[in-house]
Amino acid sequence: MSEIPTIEINKETIIKPENLVYKPPKTLFDTPMHYCPGCGHSTVHKIFMEVVEEMGIENDIIGVAPVGCSVFAYYYMNVDMQEAAHGRACAVATGIKRVLPDKFVFTYQGDGDFAAIGTAESIHAANRGENFLVIFINNAVYGMTSGQMAPTTLYDMVSTTTPYGRDPKIHGHPFKITDLIAQLPGAVYVTRQSVHTTANVRKAKKALRKALEIQKLNLGFQLVEIVSNCPSNWRMTPLESLKFIEEQMLPFYPLGDLKVPEGI
Amino acid sequence: MKEEAIFSGFGGQGVLSMGQMLAYAAMKEGKEVCWFPSYGPEMRGGTANCITIISDSLISSPIISTFDTVIALNQPSVEKFEPKVKPGACIIYDSTNIIEPPKRKDIKIYPIAGSEAALKLKNLKVLNMVILGAYTQLKGIVNPETVINALYEILPERHHRLIPLNKEAFELGMDLMMKLV
Amino acid sequence: MGEIRLMKGNEALAEAMIRAGCDAYFGYPITPQSEVIEYLSREAPKKSKMVVLQAESELGAINMIYGAAGCGKRVMTTSSSPGISLMQEGLSYIASAQLPCLVANINRGGPGLGTIQPSQSDYMQAVKGGGHGDYHLIVLAPYSVQEMVDFVKIGFELAEKYRNPVMILADGAIGQMMEKVELFDFIERNQEAPEWATVGRRPGKDRVFITSLFIQPEKMEEVNKILQAKYREVEKKEVRYQQLNIEDAEYLLTGYGLGARICMKAMEIGREKGYKIGLIRPITLYPFPYNVYNELAPKIKGILDVEMNAGQMLEDVKLAVDGKTTVKFYGRMGGMIPTPEEIIESFENHFIYGGKNV
Repeated sequence: MSEIPTIEINKETIIKPENLVYKPPKTLFDTPMHYCPGCGHSTVHKIFMEVVEEMGIENDIIGVAPVGCSVFAYYYMNVDMQEAAHGRACAVATGIKRVLPDKFVFTYQGDGDFAAIGTAESIHAANRGENFLVIFINNAVYGMTSGQMAPTTLYDMVSTTTPYGRDPKIHGHPFKITDLIAQLPGAVYVTRQSVHTTANVRKAKKALRKALEIQKLNLGFQLVEIVSNCPSNWRMTPLESLKFIEEQMLPFYPLGDLKVPEGI
Repeated sequence: MKEEAIFSGFGGQGVLSMGQMLAYAAMKEGKEVCWFPSYGPEMRGGTANCITIISDSLISSPIISTFDTVIALNQPSVEKFEPKVKPGACIIYDSTNIIEPPKRKDIKIYPIAGSEAALKLKNLKVLNMVILGAYTQLKGIVNPETVINALYEILPERHHRLIPLNKEAFELGMDLMMKLV
Repeated sequence: MGEIRLMKGNEALAEAMIRAGCDAYFGYPITPQSEVIEYLSREAPKKSKMVVLQAESELGAINMIYGAAGCGKRVMTTSSSPGISLMQEGLSYIASAQLPCLVANINRGGPGLGTIQPSQSDYMQAVKGGGHGDYHLIVLAPYSVQEMVDFVKIGFELAEKYRNPVMILADGAIGQMMEKVELFDFIERNQEAPEWATVGRRPGKDRVFITSLFIQPEKMEEVNKILQAKYREVEKKEVRYQQLNIEDAEYLLTGYGLGARICMKAMEIGREKGYKIGLIRPITLYPFPYNVYNELAPKIKGILDVEMNAGQMLEDVKLAVDGKTTVKFYGRMGGMIPTPEEIIESFENHFIYGGKNV
């Protein structure tokens, strides 16, 4: 990571409109988020809502929030939303998209929601080629219930239910559900991104935009996995957690497109 | 008028559709009808039966344990339902198939050589129509024409070419019953 | 007069769904009600724009219902006992989020995988909540193929009026048997989404979100109070029942659905034998017609409650009677159906021979 340059600033210079370098999208409510400092959720919320605003589809999109840390996603995203039961977001989204095929539909799910309790709903929605977007946050841990093993927890990784590290003989293997879904003909856009560096944030945002463009073309299921962090439950500082992503998560969950529709 | 009948035989003999055709015809003639099938794994091979109730007034229970008419197309059906014929009521059975005929003295027993008749028409599948013809002739509850016309409405169009054969079987059954009574 | 047809209960239910302008059906096959999704898959595309989707499971189906109901659409699912158990989670969420939908349970014998034969053993699950939390479904119990048709229309209307899930609680026999039915004409509905529905933000209005999560207990209690107030109103306004031969009755038979049909025949047999028997049939199982029993009880020597279970509605009948008369029970379980003769025998044992042969 590059060093941040120091510049002289005072209150008067900051509030000048010509000095405005950043503003949140109108599609985000102006409210403090409950996420822990350094957590990737808030970044993903922001870039996704930027995409929605940039595409001008804030009145034509319906989201589904999961059970997990992002259970309150609807408190931050200023679009119509439904809260699903744990794991059922893809079924709820199916119900929405089937009766409102002209609207954009997305789910926002963590690893436990998407890849453990909701595996059947996730895989079958993908296999039916349901034309909605899943934003899948993989931080290898159950955040909301404070640090239990997730389906994506790495080998040897410590969690409150794998206190001696994840042992595949006892706990099974880390689940690469994204790779699995990429095999299904109904899933047309499958990509793995991260938000642990500015460059990756930009790439992730592009991927989210691409997914919605594909949805507009009615091509099929879109899955954007975002490898993220959980400083609190990983028992790390935010910076340590970003380093962990780079050194531990990405070798196992390599970034990049797994599947892109032809001609896109 | 109230008729409480049960149609019984092996799965595949068309006992369920016999009851259904009768119910449909009776409905067309303005009667109240109720058709209640045995359902489930007995659909093929095992024994299948359906209760058909026809009445001038509203029908109460679709579940009944004694019958005005028992139609039995196989041996197990005779054994199971002969005891359930109301005293003075009747049983019609396929005498080609059934070796041990009903024996009760307090009921009317009508042997119809249905399978034999169906074989004459070179199609054992019309056994149910032969027996239904015999039943219709005996009980006079529905007009035979209504039953034949019902076939056009019940059967999917691709099977309509089979209606003349079914009609022939039905009339053969009526004749067989006429000879008995 | 509407169109007259001879139809199976399950198919009549499906046809009524199409005619009632149902926008979407999500379901999973299970005996004895698979005819519903088969019929819809075949007929709905010819007659309507209804979405018909075979889900990956009953869990999937009920959550698709949640999503589509949340968009303000008229939606329905059907299943049978084991599948309905799987849907309980979803029903609790739907009740809490106050979404309208219609669910039919074509009850089969349990517990467990049980049998595919007809039963009434899901009464408690249907009327007392079923899933977690304090909530009720409005429960309609058809006793004929005709009512399978009529209750689809009434069911949707109640669901939308109260923004509450409604259940049609039938059984395998009602689903499988054929009777003459008069079908209502196709209903043209106002397609405008209600304001609580998520259909995309409306310009100039706040966005909408649908949830059953109210993390502050104070807020959750408020939501519960709203639900309870709604149930009190339902209890006041929506009780439906049928009475037969009450005027001179000394005894009552009571039962619902198929049980009531069989009781009608038993009553005929009993009356021929000279017993003055009447009949009460609850049509809404929730709200239960407590007052009807309570008012008749002092004039009655005894009530025989007949069910295809171990005595579930019995608890409500006893609550209703409040000790003002004797309540006895006759039931068959596990998919067995009581015969009218058995019922009369039980009646005589309890009330005529003084319980000596019981």
